Amino acid sequence: MIAILVKSAIQLILLLLVAPLVTGVIRTLKARLQTRRGPGIAQPYRDLFKLLGKGMVIPDTASWIFSATPYIVFGTAALVGLMIPMTATDAPLSLFGGVLAVVYLLALGRFFLALGGLDTGTSFGGLGSSREMTISAIAEPAMMLAIFTVALSANSTNLSEMARSAVSQSWRFLAPSQMLAFSGLFIVLIAETGRIPVDNPATHLELTMIHEAMLLEYSGPYLALIEWGASIKQLVLMTLLVNTFFPFGLSSNWMVSSLSLGLLFYLLKLFLLAGCIVLVETTNAKMRLFRVPELLAVAFILGALALISTFLF
Amino acid sequence: MNQIPVSQAFLGGMILYAAAGLVGLVCARQRNLVRIVACTLAALGAVLEGVASFAVIKDAHETVISIPSGSFFLPYTFRLDPLSCYFNLALAVVGLAVSIYSLGYLKGFDSKKPVGVFCFFYSLLLISMTAVFTAVNAVPFLIAWELMALAAYFLVSFEHEKDETRRAGILFFIMSHAGTGALLVAFLLLGTWAGSFDFPAFHLAARTLTPVQRGSLFLLFFLGFGVKAGMIPIHVWLPAAHPAAPSNVSALMSAILIKTGIYGIMRVSFDFLGIPPLWAGLLVLAAGTASAVLGVLYALIEPDLKRMLAYSTIENSGIILMALGAAMVFRSYDRPFLAAVALAACLFHIFNHAVFKSLLFLSAGAVVHATETRNMERMGGLIRRMPLTALCFLVGAISISGLPPLNGFVSEWLSYQALLGGFGSTLSLTRIVFPIAGSLLALTGALAAACFVRAFGIGFLALPRSSQATHAHEAHPSMLAGMGALAALCIALGVGATLWIPVLDPLVVQLVNTNVSGNLVLAGGIALSSGSPNGGTVAPAALAGLLVLLTLLPGILLVVWRRHGRRVPGPTWDCGLPGLTEDNEYTATAFSKPLRMIFAAFYQPRREIQTEFEVSAYYPTSIRFESGVEPAFETHLYTPLKERILARAGRLRTIQAGSIHAYLAYIFITLVVLLLFGVRS
Repeated sequence: MIAILVKSAIQLILLLLVAPLVTGVIRTLKARLQTRRGPGIAQPYRDLFKLLGKGMVIPDTASWIFSATPYIVFGTAALVGLMIPMTATDAPLSLFGGVLAVVYLLALGRFFLALGGLDTGTSFGGLGSSREMTISAIAEPAMMLAIFTVALSANSTNLSEMARSAVSQSWRFLAPSQMLAFSGLFIVLIAETGRIPVDNPATHLELTMIHEAMLLEYSGPYLALIEWGASIKQLVLMTLLVNTFFPFGLSSNWMVSSLSLGLLFYLLKLFLLAGCIVLVETTNAKMRLFRVPELLAVAFILGALALISTFLF
Repeated sequence: MNQIPVSQAFLGGMILYAAAGLVGLVCARQRNLVRIVACTLAALGAVLEGVASFAVIKDAHETVISIPSGSFFLPYTFRLDPLSCYFNLALAVVGLAVSIYSLGYLKGFDSKKPVGVFCFFYSLLLISMTAVFTAVNAVPFLIAWELMALAAYFLVSFEHEKDETRRAGILFFIMSHAGTGALLVAFLLLGTWAGSFDFPAFHLAARTLTPVQRGSLFLLFFLGFGVKAGMIPIHVWLPAAHPAAPSNVSALMSAILIKTGIYGIMRVSFDFLGIPPLWAGLLVLAAGTASAVLGVLYALIEPDLKRMLAYSTIENSGIILMALGAAMVFRSYDRPFLAAVALAACLFHIFNHAVFKSLLFLSAGAVVHATETRNMERMGGLIRRMPLTALCFLVGAISISGLPPLNGFVSEWLSYQALLGGFGSTLSLTRIVFPIAGSLLALTGALAAACFVRAFGIGFLALPRSSQATHAHEAHPSMLAGMGALAALCIALGVGATLWIPVLDPLVVQLVNTNVSGNLVLAGGIALSSGSPNGGTVAPAALAGLLVLLTLLPGILLVVWRRHGRRVPGPTWDCGLPGLTEDNEYTATAFSKPLRMIFAAFYQPRREIQTEFEVSAYYPTSIRFESGVEPAFETHLYTPLKERILARAGRLRTIQAGSIHAYLAYIFITLVVLLLFGVRS
């Protein structure tokens, strides 16, 4: 019990600290790739700190749903982060829920975020909610198929178990099914974290925005919580990808020495994945909303192929 | 509890139901008296039924109650076995909540409406459904089945002055009888082959049947029960009838009436027919998947709140059938443990759906009563005017979307585990079916979430969209009590899932002879497991607790650090236009527009815009907009079918020319043929 609490506390702190860092790294890398200087890796921290200290304007059309949403978005993301192996194979709360709980808890956060968008009464909020729920609905089957492929080869939906099985067969990621599943899940990651070519995190143009449209009325600490939650969610999905497919350097225990080595490997893998995301973002233009289903259909087919190839090879 | 109190409680409950009905008929004039007495009696009856059913399940003890002939026109036997009692328990729970709700809801009826008659048919529905679940012979079963359909028909057409309601009632009547026709044939065949119409005889006869006999019986039963279960494509009555009925009846119908179909399929495929053939299980799985996905797709575009809920019932019925089909497939692969897990998922979802769907229908009833419309586009802002109703609806919406930590999540989680386990159940190519079904279940879940974000967001949030919504009032306290009890149950069943799973044990043992809770509940009752070693686990209660903790954490930190600035209420950003009105809000139609376009191949949406103008098209004087989707099953299946039947019937008319001589000749010929037949045999 105490062990779980200590591990949870360590992982929670890690989660809260690393999440904005990854966002900062992605932004900086992207800026460099576009020959801009960029605001620096620490900018997301500065943003959060500043927003947390500000006052906020609550739209007078909004109900308690609007105020509850930031807490729920943050809470679900943080809880999900505790179920996922970050630096060590056994995640603090892996008994409490596996990959299915992760997917559905994130869906709970999204459910409220979409309600928060509708609660303000503007067309923008509704537009964002509608698009967010649409994209997530068609991303879900693709995500599940890819996850099933991994879960079936590990014979468990428990994330620690999945990581452990990946560690035990460390070159498994070369198997066709794993590579296909990874590519499918990568597309889903792009869609779920609202990145180009699905959504553009850097724009407030109503024709293109999805995620940002729901947040338009949020300000101050509420905005900070949602942004923080979103970056934790991004971190969680990225961790899911790097640690279930490439479990290198995952520490098998919670000793300080192996943990810090694990952390080093983990950050390295994260930054590599961030690099991939940046490459995709820089080399692609944003898609029209109604082209996104085609992209996600590709992810679905990759997932289905991954499943089929588990018993072909 | 020993046997006598169980049977006394059961019969007492039935008598109280009957008394409620009689009160409705006898003192039909005293509207208030009838309402209070009948609803109270029905609620008390439900309590007794619930106690009796729960006792049977808990002790896993089969109780047979016989009423000798003489007191009625034929001897009647009720058998309370765990399976019957599980459905009866769901009925009792929903019946109790709905009866309490009705106490206030019936008050809102128009003064010309016969409340007494309503109470009579309401009680008849409760009695007949109880009788359906507990019948042990095909004849009383079919009588109860028909009584149930009749009572439901009269309740559906209660507001018969509306054209739409009458049509819905007739459609329900026809579909219901077509289904009963299939059941009748099936029971007659099975009765002939088994030599008796008693259910235990059916069970024993299963071994002697040939595969062809079993297969045809299964198909007939599946068709007959599938109509009631709201399975696509024989679902068309459901989205018409459920919204047309008064909301308390809609709740009862959606929550329990469709479960009679599920009960029938379970009874047939696990009790009567022995181990089903592989194709039967795959058929149920496929039908369930199709119903789930198509049901939720229809629900998504429906602007009518109650019709949306009816479509969502089709979806949930599909999810239940998916788990049931998986259980049947595992049984034919001889994987009793996997079958037990799938059955646990199925049974759990049956109860969950009964609870959250009745909750949603009751909340919708309160809303419809307050706003005088079923159209979401004319609601809005109700969270301020009806905060408690809104909260109840929100709980139901989260549950039905399968989101943790409420009950819908747990049963969907079990379904996923069963489907994933199915991948290892066989080495044949069939195994690919399970993960694909699982991913479609994920699609269904995500679409359901979108659907209920739309329903709650458009119906309850932001600005009121009509003057009725502006002046809506909170529901009657008894209505709130009924809804509140169900909402609390949604939370309890989710958080206390590990306590509920052992309740399912006797049923699973009865059906597949495997104990399930010992493997599913782990770690001293904290976590739920997939049953396989090192398999997936989930701890709903711990998740709920941690979720609350982590949700509150930032709030507490902000207060402690005193980092939070002032909260200032301000107007919503209106793009610089003069003020935000309800016309600026996103509508339900707009909300589902992207999905309507993505699934255009299925919806076949059509849109018509007519603009009238005098000078230029840019200055219209009036615009007429119409949009809709193609009701695929109606146009491609039912309309041709109807036309063909009418054409055949028209041809038959030639022998019915109205000539008395011809009719006398028919009678004579019939008589001669019958005599010949009689002499020969």
